[in-house]
Amino acid sequence: MTRWRRRATTAGLILLGTFVITAPFIMLAGANPFAAYGEFLISPLTSRYSALEVLVSSIPLILTGVSVALAFRAGYWNIGAEGQLLMGAVAGAGIGMIAGDQSRFLVIPVVILAGAAAGALWALAPALLRVKLGVDEVVTTMLLNPVALLIVTALLNGPWKNPETGFPESERIAESAQFPILVPRSRLHLGFLIGLAIAGIVWFVLSRTVAGLRIRAIGTGPKAAQFAGINVGRTLLTVALTSGAIAGIAGASEVSGIQFRLTSGLSSGFGYTGIVVATLGVLAMPTVVLAALLLGDLNVGAGSAGRVLGVPSQLGDVIQATVLLVTVGVLAYRRYHVRTGAQEVSEVEAIEAVDTS
Amino acid sequence: MAATGDAPATPIVELRSISKRFGDVLANDQVDLSLLAGEVHGVLGENGAGKTTLMRILYGLSIPDDGEICVDGQPVHIASPKDAINAGIGMVTQHFALVKTMTVTENIILGRTGGAILDLDRARDLVQESADRFGLHVDPDRLLADLSVGEQQRVEILKALYRECRVLILDEPTAVLTPQEIRALFSTLDRLRASGMAIVFISHKLPEVMELTDRVTVLRRGRVVHSVETEEVDAAGLASWMVGRPGEPPESKTHAKPGATVLEVSNLSALGRLELPAVSDVTFAVAAGEILGVAGVSGNGQTELAEVLSGMRKPTAGSIRAGGVEIAGEGPSRVVAAGVGRIPEDRHEALVGDMSVAYNLVLEHLEEVSRRGILDRSRIRESALALIDRFSIKAAPDDLIWTLSGGNIQKVLLARVLVREPQVLVVSQPTRGLDIGATRYVRSELLAMRTKGAAIVLISEDLDELLELSDRLIVFYEGRIAGRVDAAKADRDRLGSLMAGHTEVA
Repeated sequence: MTRWRRRATTAGLILLGTFVITAPFIMLAGANPFAAYGEFLISPLTSRYSALEVLVSSIPLILTGVSVALAFRAGYWNIGAEGQLLMGAVAGAGIGMIAGDQSRFLVIPVVILAGAAAGALWALAPALLRVKLGVDEVVTTMLLNPVALLIVTALLNGPWKNPETGFPESERIAESAQFPILVPRSRLHLGFLIGLAIAGIVWFVLSRTVAGLRIRAIGTGPKAAQFAGINVGRTLLTVALTSGAIAGIAGASEVSGIQFRLTSGLSSGFGYTGIVVATLGVLAMPTVVLAALLLGDLNVGAGSAGRVLGVPSQLGDVIQATVLLVTVGVLAYRRYHVRTGAQEVSEVEAIEAVDTS
Repeated sequence: MAATGDAPATPIVELRSISKRFGDVLANDQVDLSLLAGEVHGVLGENGAGKTTLMRILYGLSIPDDGEICVDGQPVHIASPKDAINAGIGMVTQHFALVKTMTVTENIILGRTGGAILDLDRARDLVQESADRFGLHVDPDRLLADLSVGEQQRVEILKALYRECRVLILDEPTAVLTPQEIRALFSTLDRLRASGMAIVFISHKLPEVMELTDRVTVLRRGRVVHSVETEEVDAAGLASWMVGRPGEPPESKTHAKPGATVLEVSNLSALGRLELPAVSDVTFAVAAGEILGVAGVSGNGQTELAEVLSGMRKPTAGSIRAGGVEIAGEGPSRVVAAGVGRIPEDRHEALVGDMSVAYNLVLEHLEEVSRRGILDRSRIRESALALIDRFSIKAAPDDLIWTLSGGNIQKVLLARVLVREPQVLVVSQPTRGLDIGATRYVRSELLAMRTKGAAIVLISEDLDELLELSDRLIVFYEGRIAGRVDAAKADRDRLGSLMAGHTEVA
């Protein structure tokens, strides 16, 4: 299919562009760019443990990537996945701390639902402001991120401070709230399957259902969607809350799968990286999952590249940021390029549109 | 009111034999236009007549295929707005190019800072002086965001004055103004004219053109049809020039066999842009198998009427009954459910450009092509193929709408609406921007719907189209029905006079 060929070309251009831009910096850091990229991208896949670690570090990125991509598809610019994730983590940890020795089969679903509910709740105010009053959600969702982090910090320095150590971290959650490990002798936990399942569900809803068609319509042609009788406000609200819920699950999954307690360093910007993942994955769920895996690979590789090549491990962040910028640039260029052809034909109409308005 | 001297002065600007083609459409066809010092020159024409193209050429936004532009008798090359500004030409478009977060003074000097040091004082002096001389009152230190639309327009005019323009183009300047602001603008324009400036005044509003201009040029289908002293003509004459004489005999149309009344609109009122009344106390009815044409110079409430009938604008008063169901104030989905098909004047507002033809065709009736919320994709595809075949749309089901030509986009919209066999059809400017073949096709489909018994409201600025298709006509003027005419007995002079605001006692 030509659509997939186009996407493959786009991905190739992005990777090439990123390499060309970052190579000088890698050389400045005293390493061979080819060797460095080998270390960043290939070597994590060469051992069983590090390959599984790639999957582990992709889990929150799959979830936040899907969360952001879903919102963006509806034209709702949710920049608040970070805060929604943190609130999901708070809720998940809260349940985990009081779960005691209840059955796992009861506690884990409750943890996931609590994370989802908290994330959705954190997304509610900006969504309502947007739908009812037209307040730009970019600003409101983003500004709620530091608020969520402050709430976490306040909890950890106050009521949830670890009574044994006095550290600003919560007590360990009950055994029953911890996600099962999928592969022995690894950290790969249930969150991976949850992430894939949610990505699959969102893909199905968007591409195969009436609700998904409505979401896509309001995302690309809100006026036409309204004309066709679609309730734009209600659809936006649903999408915004669902997006928040998925980010919230990412937070609960980090608590129950990795940290086993609430910490203030629980998220290394997963919500923001979700925007990179969603953009890199061109907002389509299969490619979003691939993008999350790629960035997971890069995360693991950046750690080992630091040790092996003696380059700063922050180079991983540099590459990740460059990938985002190049992606945005390439996508804008390709879109613009494709469109110019059609614009010639419709110039008369464009002029008439000016004429009538 | 002519302020020109006695001698036939050299025009400041002269456009000679300007032609511009877009694809198949000749937007300007050997247009001549001369602008004299100290005159207000009206440029009139329906949408698509070529006014905006001509002004874009003069201001360097568009390059003509043929012809030349002379300033002070010398041919000049105007390839960009910068060239135009250097030649002393300024333009105020309908969409202001102003920075909302800057002050009036900053906006005025923006784009002409002439060196590293900002000459804010000179700009402030100009604002002060212009306020006294031309009545352009605006506080130089206010932020743009705090100004009314009328004040913002004054800033645009000040910007042109700061750039020392001698020719000022105003593209429908009154469309966004309140009546008081229009008075103020007119007195400013009078004073600018007296100072020796040439002003191009583009408008649809005939009384304004009659009142303000010294000369008027009427464009139709890209050509100048008349260019006269305003004193020599009246509003009705201008209206009939704008809509033209019949080009070809209307397609033969069967006699109307009107059935029962299907659409009843009573005492309908609605607000338009800027919350000003746009439709006032309008009452009419349309029977099955009948086409009611709505005529009028654009901007007299027809757009708002179409929006209200389509469920896209809430009326402030009155009732709309379609097949006995009250739909006034209902949203699009209820209106569609009541059996109303809608073809809006801007097709891009009805179809999602970035979505496939197949999905756009079913967008209004998703329940019928899905089961338990899951789309029946093979059925959507099959029905798309059937409609593409029946309406001869040159596209595949998976093609995105924006890749289609205007004619095919309109056919997609027609297909989506007509396949439902709606009992009421609200159609706005159905053939605007279409080529002759597509125009014929659309008109024949509308006549076929009439034969099938639909009650059709046809809103159009193309008088030929209205006369060819309609059984009865109503004429809108300032949001009211100025007259009702039987299409078979309609005469253009009478329609022109109604469109110009001469209400008849019914």
